[in-house]
Amino acid sequence: MADRVAPLDLIDVDALHSEEELQVRDVVRRLVADKVRPYVADWYERGEVPVRELAKDLGKTGLLGMHLTGYGCAGASAVAYGLACLELEAADSGLRSLVSVQGSLAMYAIWRYGSEEQKQQWLPAMAAGDAIGCFGLTEPDHGSDPASMTTRARRDGDDWILTGVKMWITNAPVADVAVVWARTDDGINGFVVPMDTPGVTANTIKHKLSLRASMTGELVLDGVRLPADALLPAARGLKAPLSCLTEARYGIVWGALGAARDCLHTAIDYATSRVQFGRPIAGFQLTQAKLADAALELQKGYLLALHLGRRAELGLLRPEQVSVGKLNNVREALAIARQCRTILGANGISAEYPVMRHAANLETVLTYEGTSEIHQLVVGQQLTGLAAFAS
Amino acid sequence: MKIVVLVKQVPDSGAERNLRSDDNTVDRGSANNVINEMDEYAIEEALSIQEKHGGEVVVLTMGPSGATESIRKALSMGPDSAVHVADDALHGSCAVATSKVLAAAIGQLDADLIICGAESTDGRVQVMPHMIAERLGIAALTGARKLTVDGSTLTIERQTEEGYEVVTASTPAVVSVWDTINEPRYPSFKGIMAAKKKPLETKSLADLGVDASEVGFDGATSTVVEHSKRPPRQAGNKVADSGDGGVQLVQYLSSEKFV
Repeated sequence: MADRVAPLDLIDVDALHSEEELQVRDVVRRLVADKVRPYVADWYERGEVPVRELAKDLGKTGLLGMHLTGYGCAGASAVAYGLACLELEAADSGLRSLVSVQGSLAMYAIWRYGSEEQKQQWLPAMAAGDAIGCFGLTEPDHGSDPASMTTRARRDGDDWILTGVKMWITNAPVADVAVVWARTDDGINGFVVPMDTPGVTANTIKHKLSLRASMTGELVLDGVRLPADALLPAARGLKAPLSCLTEARYGIVWGALGAARDCLHTAIDYATSRVQFGRPIAGFQLTQAKLADAALELQKGYLLALHLGRRAELGLLRPEQVSVGKLNNVREALAIARQCRTILGANGISAEYPVMRHAANLETVLTYEGTSEIHQLVVGQQLTGLAAFAS
Repeated sequence: MKIVVLVKQVPDSGAERNLRSDDNTVDRGSANNVINEMDEYAIEEALSIQEKHGGEVVVLTMGPSGATESIRKALSMGPDSAVHVADDALHGSCAVATSKVLAAAIGQLDADLIICGAESTDGRVQVMPHMIAERLGIAALTGARKLTVDGSTLTIERQTEEGYEVVTASTPAVVSVWDTINEPRYPSFKGIMAAKKKPLETKSLADLGVDASEVGFDGATSTVVEHSKRPPRQAGNKVADSGDGGVQLVQYLSSEKFV
């Protein structure tokens, strides 16, 4: 048998990276191989993850808030951040979610919109993995339409009183701090809420059938009294939380490719060793067609992610461009995962292989951080100049 | 304390490795070249000593120009600077000549402590620490699984087949370490970005005052005359149990020193 070429080496995408970017990738790949891959199937099965322990390891390497500058953050490039997300999600989407929420949602919100005191108080500890953050925007009845949120913050003297419920909040059950978005008389505002503040409760969401190696919670805010300086001073209106989501979505554009690559690797390994009708099933044309198509979509998604990353490094990346990447790459990653599942046959549904886990995870990734449909509307609006969102 | 860590770039021991057909040297061109695995433990040991006792950690590498990549990777773990001895005349050097070059380079660095891996995964001769110490006239504490620094006193636990020996020496000294000594850190992202800006000095044989005739093929004390591929693996021995299977297994394990 001739030598095999890894899916992402087909068109030599490594040649598009600097040595430093490849080094960052290699470190994350090694970290994940040592600290995550041997255990993740078990975490997934039990629905429990040692988030605090992991966060320490991730923080030591510099993965938490790695694309931010100052306050103990690594100040890495957008592409290096993307490559890190890819390697993390090649292990499990839950791990990438942990890092995305910590770095791109909670830390980014404080880094971009916080006061100097808020930054000093939280960012170094969060970068080190000593403090875990979460991000409360989505509510039980308000997902794609966050402008209709019902969580309220009213003034009481200098203090703020927060009341409301946030839902599907990654990291909430283990968090030390939440960035919570609430309606005030001035519109939407952000608040830095220590999780030990009286009136804050985080309930773990159980019985998930996807993203099980990730902690998800419901955040209940019952008359939570916060001092005046809990307000994120520079965040005005819904634009602020949406800008955080653009950051996190950018990581997903890369991350989803990691899950897809892992599925494709697994499928190729399996197909070249699984013998039916007297030869490896990789030698059958139908199997090769599936593998070739999957590899093509993987390359295209990678080039798209890299293009967006290079635009981000120039400060020229627009939110709707991130929508293009998220819509395409998650949709194609899910299609690749499903197709690879068929190559593994019955073994495809076993936790012995990562494929079904990735496929189930990607069902979540498809709809969180903006559903596919919302991203279609964003792209559609760009093409037509007409907003198809309701109202 | 000034610590020099010897770092060698080697072909990845996890992949297929070859000798060149033209001059019988290691084929670096077709290989994935990496830091010798044991050297990462040496770097880690140097860095943890630096964290406790302060001072400076310098990486020293002898190798072709492509070895710079491994030097930068070593620097990304945390050392302060590096010296790269590169000279076309070095190609084909034997261990004795290599030790001459490294000792000359160390001599210019005024080191208190030289740490290296106990062996490299390509040559595996395990003689470099002894040879360098001999040339420098200093102590060699080799095969350490633990190293303690107390002022100018160095104490190691030398790993042996039966257990360990405690060996003590004063600085300056050469210490070689096994992979049981610590858990090397991952390079941090900050470390990776900082590595680009750290001083990396390239030195030629002339800079070290070593004559080209003393190294390379000309100066080699040993010559590889020919080489061939390892024969394919033989089938193992099957022990049929006719009552004494257990005894036979133990005899085998004992003969191979597994028990």
